Amino acid sequence: MATTEQEVNELIKREYEHGFVTEIETDTFEPGLNEDVIARLSAIKKEPEFMLEWRLKAYRRWLEMKEPNWAHVGYPKIDYNSISYYSAPKRKEDMPQSLDDIDPELLRTYEKLGIPLHERAQLAGVAVDAVFDSVSVATTFKEPLAKAGVIFCSISEAVRDYPELVQKYLGSVVPHTDNYFAGLNAAVFSDGTFVYVPKGVRCPMELSTYFRINAANTGQFERTLIIADEGSYVSYLEGCTAPMRDENQLHAAVVELVALDDAQIKYSTVQNWYPGDENGKGGIFNFVTKRAACIGKNSKVSWTQVETGSAVTWKYPSCILRGENSVGEFYSVALTHNYQQADTGTKMIHLGKNTSSTIISKGISAGKSSNTYRGLVKFGPRAEGARNFTQCDSLLIGDRCGAHTFPYIESLNKSAIVEHEATTSKVSDEQMFLCRQRGIDPEQAVSMIVNGFCKEVFKELPMEFAVEAGKLLEVSLEGSVG
Amino acid sequence: MLSIKNLHASVEGKEILKGINLEINAGEVHAIMGPNGSGKSTLAQVLAGNDAFDVTSGEVTLNGDNLLEKETEARARDGVFLAFQYPVEIPGVSNLQFMRTAVNSMRHHRGESEMNAAEFMKLAREVSKQVDLDPAFLKRGVNEGFSGGEKKRNEIMQALLLQPKLAILDETDSGLDIDALKVVADGVNALRSKDRGILMITHYQRLLDHIVPDYVHVLAEGRIVKSGGRELALELEDRGYGWLGIKDEATDADSALSNSAH
Ligand SMILES: Nc1ncnc2c1ncn2[C@@H]1O[C@H](COP(=O)(O)OP(=O)(O)O)[C@@H](O)[C@H]1O
Ligand SMILES: [Mg+2]
Repeated sequence: MATTEQEVNELIKREYEHGFVTEIETDTFEPGLNEDVIARLSAIKKEPEFMLEWRLKAYRRWLEMKEPNWAHVGYPKIDYNSISYYSAPKRKEDMPQSLDDIDPELLRTYEKLGIPLHERAQLAGVAVDAVFDSVSVATTFKEPLAKAGVIFCSISEAVRDYPELVQKYLGSVVPHTDNYFAGLNAAVFSDGTFVYVPKGVRCPMELSTYFRINAANTGQFERTLIIADEGSYVSYLEGCTAPMRDENQLHAAVVELVALDDAQIKYSTVQNWYPGDENGKGGIFNFVTKRAACIGKNSKVSWTQVETGSAVTWKYPSCILRGENSVGEFYSVALTHNYQQADTGTKMIHLGKNTSSTIISKGISAGKSSNTYRGLVKFGPRAEGARNFTQCDSLLIGDRCGAHTFPYIESLNKSAIVEHEATTSKVSDEQMFLCRQRGIDPEQAVSMIVNGFCKEVFKELPMEFAVEAGKLLEVSLEGSVG
Repeated sequence: MLSIKNLHASVEGKEILKGINLEINAGEVHAIMGPNGSGKSTLAQVLAGNDAFDVTSGEVTLNGDNLLEKETEARARDGVFLAFQYPVEIPGVSNLQFMRTAVNSMRHHRGESEMNAAEFMKLAREVSKQVDLDPAFLKRGVNEGFSGGEKKRNEIMQALLLQPKLAILDETDSGLDIDALKVVADGVNALRSKDRGILMITHYQRLLDHIVPDYVHVLAEGRIVKSGGRELALELEDRGYGWLGIKDEATDADSALSNSAH
């Protein structure tokens, strides 16, 4: 379009908004991974014995595993011994601590990120667990939640305070043998969020975790476990950012969701890890295993994700639909720009009778990026009357990017019904010309067109975050016109 | 107000406009007629700044400002409006949001405060009545699944909202039945004002029964070959283009329209 090279370059130079570094004293492990490191990690966290054993078992198995290479992404080899497996802001005392004890520098960091932690400024109606590098630094609204019987705390606390729940469910959805990164995570996970919603309780507010990678040369290995007991409901949202650094950093998370009879979990992600610069230098490797087990009948899990960050993303939030009539949903917007690579999608595993799933995936590629949808819909022999609807749409901006779609379907049950629709379109010169003829800036036009393309997914996000997501797309698309 | 001097333009190396000269004053309505492929849409697109077309020589000024050196959006903000012959669809972007974004871009440019959703909704409902478009169309995606006639009325609606200085209407009459033509003509007549110039491109003269132009120009093979008053259009209707020495294989405009490139 008529936007000149120079204008485009200026726009690109507008920086990743969350790229600052917090200067703070930390306790950080020397790089390297061995059984001693894992033992030290477990000791620092004052974990019960079972947890250390669990970690070591996973570690020994991981040593025998191979890094996967089937995703449609390419990245330099990761040296797992050059990563530090623990980094935490120095604490004056041991836990627990109140918000007043938190280093003001940390509070300022979260404020800058738009997540005020202090009581007077907290986001109305949203409880936040703030995870900074390897540890949870604060959890807000604990008391009103406790009144409702909802447990919302860091997973480290849960390991100490609710060992029965943790022992029962941790690894029950994503076993450490599942894949290479899940194995690594099981061995070295440092913190994350734990949620338990008791029988019949509708969680009175949105729960959210805000993940921040700050330290250099560290990996973030968070672990989240959410259990919705019979007839309960919870909506949970996670957000992620990291400073701009020239080195790549590894983020290998595991998220497990368990929904019992008639329970509902709505899990939303706004992922905005540092994507690297316009030449593809730096950025986060985002290798994540997210899976939900719909164990109970009539249970329902919805995954909604807006993925705009990371240099490389490898992520397939999935549902195992075991309970009769259980429902799985996956709504995804994945946007790649410059040299970003995303290989993302979902797995819907239909095991129970009359289970149903919906997949709506919107991939947007700009610059020289590559964007892949990879999905599996599987029907087991007992999945009578199960059905899936899949819609995969790709939108290209410019002609140097790529979009790929790999839908896999496996059916062991003749009564299962699958519907699949796929489209690929471009932001056309005619659309741009129409918008500009009406006085609209090219940047705003692209973002409006892309937002329109994503509408079906955005309407699944909690209201406050739908607006955020729209703005995030706008920022991520800066410099894509040209 | 608008002054076009010896304008040459080409697309993909092929010269389409071969020296256009035209002056439009505020308050005037000019009709441009001519056979398919003569360059009418090209002229409209070039004036609006579509960079698929290359201006190879000539000069265009709007109120003394050099229009050709400005970006499309800057021209729009200076008051140039183009009603497209083939309005494009923007799926998922509501017509209402699109129009509000456009109106607010212009307001922002003029240093006026933006209209909020409620204010704009009220305005949009009124204007949609003026072009006989059900307000339900405001919620639909821009031109998404609109019929030909609905698209044209939607274009006129935007002109009424944006109140341009120069409105260029590219075959806003084509593909309309007689009732719709009347609605569109009423819309255009509502646009007529002493501060505004209107350049109306039409393939045939029936629109001019409803909107009486001040001047009529005939465009053929990239040049204006004849100019006159209202009576020129009537003459063309009676005698076709042949007497002017112009080939026009497509006398049935509606069937020809569907084969022509825009
Ligand atoms: N984008 C384009 N690419 C190639 N040729 C074009 C393009 N647009 C118009 N033309 C050609 O330019 C000539 C004039 O077209 P146009 O301005 O649309 O005529 P009119 O509107 O008078 O019917 C035609 O020969 C047409 O095929
Ligand atoms: Mg035309």
